[in-house]
Amino acid sequence: MGTMNNTLEAQARIALSRFGLGRAADEALPGDARGWLLAQCSPRPVPAAIAALPTSSQLLTEFSRTREAAAGAANASAKQDLQAAQRRQGYTRYRDSVNARVISALQTDAPFQERLVHFWANHFCVSADNVSSVPLVGSLEHEAIRPHVMGRFEDMLMAVEHHPAMLFYLDQIASVGPDSRFAAAARARNATRERGLNENLAREILELHTLGVRSGYTQEDVTEFARALTGWSLEGEHAARGWYTGGFAFRDNMHQPGARTILGRRYEQQGEAQAHAVLHDLARAPATANFIASKLARHFAGDTPPSALVDRLARAFTESEGDLPTVYRALINSPEPWQEAGVKFKTPWEWMLSAMRGFGMDANPQSVARMQMPQLFEQLAQPVWKPGSPAGWPDTTAAWAAPEAIVRRVEEANRLAGQASEGLEPRRLMSDLLGSVASPVTRSVIEGADSRNNALALLLVSPEFMRR
Amino acid sequence: MHRHSKVRRDFLTFSAAGAAVLLAPRMAFATVASDRRFVFIIQRGAADGLHLVPPVGDPDYVRQRQALAVEASIVTRLDDTFGLHPSLVEAAKMYRSGEALFVHAVSSRYRDRSHFDGQNVIETGGSGPYQVKDGWLNRLAGLMPAGKPLPMSFAPTVPIALRGAVEVSSYATSKLPEPGDELLARVSMLYRDDAQLHGLWSAAMQVRGMAGEARAGQDPASLGKLAASFLVRPDGPRIAMLETVGWDTHNQQAGRLDRLLRGFDGMLAGLRDGLGEQWQNTTVLVATEFGRTVAVNGTGGTDHGTGSAAMLFGGAVKGGRVLADWPGLAQASLFENRDLRPTASLESLIATAAAETFRLDPERVARALIEGGSSGRTWSGLVRA
Repeated sequence: MGTMNNTLEAQARIALSRFGLGRAADEALPGDARGWLLAQCSPRPVPAAIAALPTSSQLLTEFSRTREAAAGAANASAKQDLQAAQRRQGYTRYRDSVNARVISALQTDAPFQERLVHFWANHFCVSADNVSSVPLVGSLEHEAIRPHVMGRFEDMLMAVEHHPAMLFYLDQIASVGPDSRFAAAARARNATRERGLNENLAREILELHTLGVRSGYTQEDVTEFARALTGWSLEGEHAARGWYTGGFAFRDNMHQPGARTILGRRYEQQGEAQAHAVLHDLARAPATANFIASKLARHFAGDTPPSALVDRLARAFTESEGDLPTVYRALINSPEPWQEAGVKFKTPWEWMLSAMRGFGMDANPQSVARMQMPQLFEQLAQPVWKPGSPAGWPDTTAAWAAPEAIVRRVEEANRLAGQASEGLEPRRLMSDLLGSVASPVTRSVIEGADSRNNALALLLVSPEFMRR
Repeated sequence: MHRHSKVRRDFLTFSAAGAAVLLAPRMAFATVASDRRFVFIIQRGAADGLHLVPPVGDPDYVRQRQALAVEASIVTRLDDTFGLHPSLVEAAKMYRSGEALFVHAVSSRYRDRSHFDGQNVIETGGSGPYQVKDGWLNRLAGLMPAGKPLPMSFAPTVPIALRGAVEVSSYATSKLPEPGDELLARVSMLYRDDAQLHGLWSAAMQVRGMAGEARAGQDPASLGKLAASFLVRPDGPRIAMLETVGWDTHNQQAGRLDRLLRGFDGMLAGLRDGLGEQWQNTTVLVATEFGRTVAVNGTGGTDHGTGSAAMLFGGAVKGGRVLADWPGLAQASLFENRDLRPTASLESLIATAAAETFRLDPERVARALIEGGSSGRTWSGLVRA
């Protein structure tokens, strides 16, 4: 670092903290910040911690078996026990998945790529709000986001909308065409429960996944799209009872027959191909390019992204037909994300990961498990994969910079400082993590702290470390 | 974990002095701190007014709602048309003692069906989504005397309705270990040159130590009690906001709302019981971004709609009645052939309830809170003079 001039050092620090996940203990400052990021714009192997997790099909099978056992329980108390076991099992799967996400973020040598996985998982979010989604939420990120983060937007979109976690979360699996054979059969046998459309997934695809809100679609477009999506369901011999054991399955008997008209375009396709064609068009719509470009720009260049950057990213998206590495390269090669430090207030996830990396916290599974990550992020006000709404977590300062939220970070910084390895020396760590970015006040308060513990905690909550 | 309030109060004095210089000067036309308390509870996700305050006397209700219709025999009858969901036991008591008022077929000016746009409109008071940057609850605080007590969010973060020029605090029970006072004092020093963090930290320190001694849980009833433990204090907040989530019932609505409403009822009871005598000075306004479809969808739930119900609770409220210009549930009466037609303005309700609670001029409050002034039906006499 002694050989690096101030501009190069500043760029290296922006690459590590704004584009990456924060400098890790003993990580070298990249000499060529842009080159370091560009080199991360190609597919990497799946991190070992993620690869070791069960697949969504395995999780669904496990979940259905326990549920079936509960349904067949001899009496009410046995049933309650089995249901409690099911909740524990679901939570264990969720916890393991959260821990694997943390471990991957600590161990990665491509932190920019890892950040983009988190970005897209929030864009296409599912939320662990009920018993059936808790075990599955992580698998959407692992199976539909991560494999496509250096691929095409359309492929990611298709993978997400076919994924069991999304089909469950936005109520698609039970949506039935009112004129489908399934609905007719239900009426014929006078079923107690009328089955019909659920427009939740159709609306959120338009509003949150592709075009963006107020981009010109109407209620009729939502309803027509919901009709096109009927039949998108999951495998499973007991599907009629709501138990599923595998991945995507198209159920033609639930599909609303006939052509659909969405955003002025007529879709004559039959069956699964119909909604597929709609998604294909949505992935290429100019509104989608703009929406994705503005979210990426906000994430890297500040809460109010410069319109020149948004336009440039949208153009890269459109011209490359949604090739994501092309869009990332346009971002890295733009001047706007390289403005002086601190354009973004870190979310709790970003802050915690950068703190753990900075402290060189142990990434082995036992150490991470001891930290009780799910509860910790709950207390920091950002429970993992649980934003509580399909819009995902907000990406603006006002949403995160609040009085009690700062207190929580101070509390956690204090706890982390107490767990830091003996070798950590506050003054040296300040130089490693903040370098010439540290203000005189930050320097003097950390250097003047009454204990090593407090000095380390103050470093983590310093204004420079709270932002990226 | 146990918060040591004595130590906190000592620390409070120190940091409060630092915060005073940050307060922006502003026009204040109320000069004396009011005894009145105004609490806004937002129901995020579009709460189904037809399920919370079911119109069991409407001849089309059961036909439209079918299996989801709340049975007339189990509701608390409010009047000839409306009932109250049976899970709202404490709310029903409040109604009987004249401390609960329901407004039906109400909505904001927002007519599309996006949660996030709809919530933005009811939190900002804007004429459309993202038209106004700050929240109406913050602007209401701007009409009160400057300085303490700060308006409060009872969550770690501050929701949009409470964001804006007026300094705001937030508090929620933490399960993390409490740091020592020495560290807290040094954080104050660390933030002294950072305008944003200095303001946030000072606001946090001002309210430390106000919470009751008992270790509060994080469930709705405990949250109500916790908020009340701040609101009851003479130096406590006069304006506060609580958030509730989970109202987006696209499937299995009946069971989910049973549970949600029990929690919500506990939150109201926690506020009432914790406020004690100050309950007489309190208005609690409950609103959601929009209602849900009149018809049941294909999955035992309802989809995004338009008109819903809003609620006022508190000893200051002139309750025991339902206000509604009821449009009816006949298919021909529905909005866009699917939703409860809104006949009352949520913006007007907000402005009137807030103005009457603090005994401010309703016209001026409406101009400050609602972009373009208020619109639609005007109210009066919602809150005792």
